[in-house]
Amino acid sequence: MAYHEPMIELVGLGKTFESKNSYVKALEDINLTIHEGEIFGIIGLSGAGKSTLVRCINYLERPTTGRVIFDKIDLSEVQDYELLKIRQSMGMIFQQFNLLMQRNTLDNICFPLEIAGISKRDATKRAYELLEVVGLTDKAKAYPAQLSGGQKQRVAIARALATKPKVLLCDEATSALDPTTTRSILDLLRDINKSLGITIVVITHEMSVIEEICNRVAIIDASRIAEVGDVEEVFMRPKSKIAKQLVFSGANHIESFVGEDKCRIIFDGRTSFEPVIANMVLECRTPVNILFADTKDIDGKAFGQMVIQLPEDETSKKRIFAYLETNKIPHEEVI
Amino acid sequence: MFSQVVLEMISKGIRETLYMTILSSLLAYILGLPLGILLVVTDKDGIAPRVLLNRIVGIIVNILRSIPFVILLVTLMPFTRLVIGTTLGPNALVVPLVIGSAPYIARLVESSLKEVDHGIIEAAQSMGASPSQIVFKVLVPEAMPSLIMGGAIAVITILSYSAMGGFVGAGGLGTIAINYGYYRYQGDKMLITVAILVLIVQGVQELGGRLMRRSDKRL
Repeated sequence: MAYHEPMIELVGLGKTFESKNSYVKALEDINLTIHEGEIFGIIGLSGAGKSTLVRCINYLERPTTGRVIFDKIDLSEVQDYELLKIRQSMGMIFQQFNLLMQRNTLDNICFPLEIAGISKRDATKRAYELLEVVGLTDKAKAYPAQLSGGQKQRVAIARALATKPKVLLCDEATSALDPTTTRSILDLLRDINKSLGITIVVITHEMSVIEEICNRVAIIDASRIAEVGDVEEVFMRPKSKIAKQLVFSGANHIESFVGEDKCRIIFDGRTSFEPVIANMVLECRTPVNILFADTKDIDGKAFGQMVIQLPEDETSKKRIFAYLETNKIPHEEVI
Repeated sequence: MFSQVVLEMISKGIRETLYMTILSSLLAYILGLPLGILLVVTDKDGIAPRVLLNRIVGIIVNILRSIPFVILLVTLMPFTRLVIGTTLGPNALVVPLVIGSAPYIARLVESSLKEVDHGIIEAAQSMGASPSQIVFKVLVPEAMPSLIMGGAIAVITILSYSAMGGFVGAGGLGTIAINYGYYRYQGDKMLITVAILVLIVQGVQELGGRLMRRSDKRL
């Protein structure tokens, strides 16, 4: 994917929360560049600072140090009233949807347009267009309480897109939804990224969300950025400890298998019909124990990884590594 | 059961009581609603924090709320005379009623507005809404069912305060209950006025509940 201009630049960003007798560093020395038109993921465990980070991008939280440059504007230098105007070109959606409960779907979508001072007639027209984009035309007069979680998030997306923003910030937008609904919301986000060319920033704690739609990802851990890169690259070869932990989500117990040599085998798009592990066992004439497996079939190709326990004796171990080398199967020893 | 004169007196009492209650409620909301909004907006976690102003207004509200209404009624008499020209009759009672209930309404409004989910306010901020847009397009409309319910509570409180005006010759049902029932031991007249007050309270509460349910789109 060819990237264009930088859309959001975070330079030496830091945020400290101070209260009477505590002092919490939520973010420290964050440097990131998010390009126009990409879907950029920010992932971290809860408390890592990712929600604060996304709120610094639209200045809902004012950073303590560093700068946010949005579409070539340094947000630290603009007046409050200008900031309100700038926010109209940054849509945002939330985990809890945050729709106005006393307004129907249509009026919720009109809301940001009202704030922007657009006439009721034009706003309604635009709202109907957006309802079509998110596939909820029949729910125009329904109130949020009458909608399902997925429908509410669709309304929230329509609302966030109303003012034709350049960026859409998604703060754990799918975390309150079931897997099927999550998938449909992610599909919708991918579609609007393609059709509108809008830059999307996705905050999540789920690696699957990142895998599903992001082009690049930043992993944030203990207030700092641990790793940044293309999603495939980070997914195949996570470098930092936190990245490995996230990529192996659900496999945190691997580290508890002490004293054993483990090896991670990466499936980077080999044909799903090739029985990699079985062939290896047959060829090396030594059994291996599969500790963890997370693979999926995408268009007949296998993606994912497995962690296997290596045999005790050195010769068998060497045979396995030799096999993996000669067959060019990406792997690494896990300690 | 009652003579024509008594019936007319009671009907006048009802009209005076309703007049005082409705007028005082309206005027008290004109003062109390902005005050309540101010308390929410300037709170340290509010949309435009002004901690000092918030403290000062909060303290004034607390002082006014801690004065017993009967005392306030008497204390305010010179001021009432200045404004209305007399301290007798329903119009004169409106002055202490408004001053006594506005701070109470401010707190009712404050608590209703604080019920609005912070996430919704944050969403509005993310769209570039100004503090005044947040107040009038988010806080007040979103809190409307709760504000209506608070309104019913406020009106009933003002109604019961207005009955205390009977001690200072304010007119209304309270005056009848005190003059006939309390001073002259005519229990039947006291009972009938109390029964009417009960009916009015029931009616206001019922109306408040209905309006709240009708306005609330979350149900």
